[in-house]
Amino acid sequence: MMTRSRRLIPCYVAALIGLLSLRLHGQVTSQRIAAANSEPQNWLTYSGDYQSHRFSLLDQITPANVKNLKLQWVYQSPVAGNWQTTPLVVDGVMYITQRPNDVVALDAVTGRAFWIYRYTPNPNRIVCCGANNRGVAILGDTLFMGTLDANLIAIEAKSGRQIWKTEVASTTSGYSITHAPLVVKDKVIVGVGGGEYGIRGFLAAYDVNTGKEAWRFYTIPGPGEKGHETWEACPPKSDGFCDPDAWKHGGGSIWMTGSYDPQLNLTYWGVGNVGPDYAGGQRPGDNLYTDSVVALDVDTGTLRWHYQFTPHDVYDYDSVQVPVLVDNWGRTGINALVWANRNGNYYALDRATGRFLLGRPFVKVNWMSEFDERGRPIQTPQPPGQPTYPGNQGGTNWYSPSFSPRTGLFYVSAWEDYASIYGPSPVEYKEGRNFTGGGPRPFGPVPGAPGLARAPINIWTEAAGHGAVIALDAATGDQKWKFNMTDVTDSGILTTASNLLFTGGREGYFQALDARTGTLLWKQNLGAAINSGPMSYRIGNRQYIATVSGLSLFVFALDE
Amino acid sequence: MQKIIAVAFLVIILAVGGSTAVSSQQGAQLHDSQYPEVDIALGAGLYSARCAPCHGAQGDGIGGVNLRSGTFRNAITDRDLAGFIRAGSPTAGMPPFALDDTDMAGIIAYLRNMNSFDAGTVKAGNVAQGRAVFEGKGSCTKCHRVGRVGSHVGPNLTDIGSVRSAGSLQRSLVEPTSQMMPVNRPVRLVTKDGTVINGRRLNEDTYSIQVMDDRERLHSVLKSDLREFTIVKTSPMPSYKGTLTTEELSDLLGYLLSLKGPS
Repeated sequence: MMTRSRRLIPCYVAALIGLLSLRLHGQVTSQRIAAANSEPQNWLTYSGDYQSHRFSLLDQITPANVKNLKLQWVYQSPVAGNWQTTPLVVDGVMYITQRPNDVVALDAVTGRAFWIYRYTPNPNRIVCCGANNRGVAILGDTLFMGTLDANLIAIEAKSGRQIWKTEVASTTSGYSITHAPLVVKDKVIVGVGGGEYGIRGFLAAYDVNTGKEAWRFYTIPGPGEKGHETWEACPPKSDGFCDPDAWKHGGGSIWMTGSYDPQLNLTYWGVGNVGPDYAGGQRPGDNLYTDSVVALDVDTGTLRWHYQFTPHDVYDYDSVQVPVLVDNWGRTGINALVWANRNGNYYALDRATGRFLLGRPFVKVNWMSEFDERGRPIQTPQPPGQPTYPGNQGGTNWYSPSFSPRTGLFYVSAWEDYASIYGPSPVEYKEGRNFTGGGPRPFGPVPGAPGLARAPINIWTEAAGHGAVIALDAATGDQKWKFNMTDVTDSGILTTASNLLFTGGREGYFQALDARTGTLLWKQNLGAAINSGPMSYRIGNRQYIATVSGLSLFVFALDE
Repeated sequence: MQKIIAVAFLVIILAVGGSTAVSSQQGAQLHDSQYPEVDIALGAGLYSARCAPCHGAQGDGIGGVNLRSGTFRNAITDRDLAGFIRAGSPTAGMPPFALDDTDMAGIIAYLRNMNSFDAGTVKAGNVAQGRAVFEGKGSCTKCHRVGRVGSHVGPNLTDIGSVRSAGSLQRSLVEPTSQMMPVNRPVRLVTKDGTVINGRRLNEDTYSIQVMDDRERLHSVLKSDLREFTIVKTSPMPSYKGTLTTEELSDLLGYLLSLKGPS
């Protein structure tokens, strides 16, 4: 005879399943994203969580069994071109963007599409460096996408139908949006690209329900605002190539997704290069807040602190890298923000105050020699015609890094032994026109060493720089291991709780390394450059790994 | 119309004598300080055919314009200069000039040295006689291929006259190693079972290498299967200094410069 309590067990189980179901299929809230680690089966925001670790707690795939990974499905984009999206996965549905501004909802188990939202950007848009989009954000049942013509669009996650569209900036003036938005509380936050077109950059927050602008933070402060003094007046005997209105078109683009600390209520964003990129003489001063990280109150957009990585940049060292938040940094009790910058240095900052904790090169650097006590770099400009390390594409660039709380290591896709020779020239600002002020040329240590051009075959030989995954002790910046590649890499990095690291590169290999040692454990030739960041999710009891290569999205798992 | 074009060339791009304002702010002119004589000579011929109709043989066909200065206000670097010449200035009447890399290197070398260059010092080679040297005395086809003639062992030269400068080609005939591009460096591979492959890299990545060996066979080898991988930095090509006469070298260079791609 069954006791009463035993009779109730099925009821409890049913209720639990009901609750679980409600949890799994409930709306995505900001609290849910803040607790992303409690539901590692999903990938709720561009970098996986607000701390931007690109680290998955899923551990079904291990160093021991990763060699058994098998391709599960492929989704092929119909649109040619460099594809940089990171998928989101929410309760079994995958959301991706594809060029130019489509959003596709896929069954994350089979790769079959539920719907495709198509948006045709203004044909007169002005976008630098490829028509990329790196992904969507989700809040509630709504997806958010920035567009190449600088609009922000809200889309129903279930149907793919547009809810609202807000013009963020004028595309014909050179503004665009290429990064995945960040949603926090009831706001969706986006920044604008266009650093090569003389924009005045900004970051803005919009009401998720209406698309109405809630706040705007200009990355180039105007007259009367703090930081404007770093756009110094031209010398009295200016020779005509100093621009007294340089701040009006000073660049400061934002084209990678920021991070968020719920306890401090601060959101962190990296700011791009100054305009013009190379002709520094026509914009005297440090040119804040270009090449900086800014910490903003997420409710008001008020600047709490900033740190400028490259004052008065003349090398195109955008600081748009993903800000990575590390708690109890080096067991000091300090909650830090760590950063491998395009300028070749690895940094740690106190993320409550912006205090400089650590700065040291992770690749060869000769544009500076050391830091002063406040963390300002002492710059060492190279003579005309001489190479500057790293080159203008940087020691790293926008490629997502990863931080593993398991290993305590910070992983970065790097370009080693890579330099440029800079040739600045004066340039007059004209709306929507290229505003770089000269350009770099690749430096080859021997005649005929390859430049940046991609050939049908790889000419990137030992005579040039090369790509690498570098593992740094997040607390000290010490290099723990390095995985060298023959060609360079534009791939992001994913790490997992089972001490696996996934990454790609221009050669088209997708590879798994031991995150503790850098040992190669598995590789698959996917046939085309991998230019996005891998991610992981789980459906049922099965862990999946997804990456884009060329025009295809590949999804791997262990065979059942 | 010619006058308009010439004026455009002067005013918009190359304003003479350089701007002291620019040079004081931007520092030294960022261009090569040494231009091979053969590049300058090649450029002189191109200038005569394509630029002189507007700018005159001496670069001063229009009053107030002096291209012989060699320095230009809005074209500080050679790259700037190449970009302007390729783009032209349609609004001012200057057409774009679609020059390949070889010809562009020549025209820039000439513009930078117009004032001092003596066309009589460099002898132009005869293309037909150069071809005869290439296919005969020089034995170049033993390694190189032009069109459908010659070997695959060395780099294909079918379009070499549009991708390498005249100076580089001239020097490669007498000092081959100095002009060997890294991707053309010979490699020696020894597999774990002792097989030796000598050849030229066609492609390479982190894990594998693809090679054309010295018998025109294609190999694709995993680096993990190799016990030796040597990159040879000395060119296997012989120097023709002393082997060919000065006239033959000149003719051979003329032939190489004429190779602009499949006919």
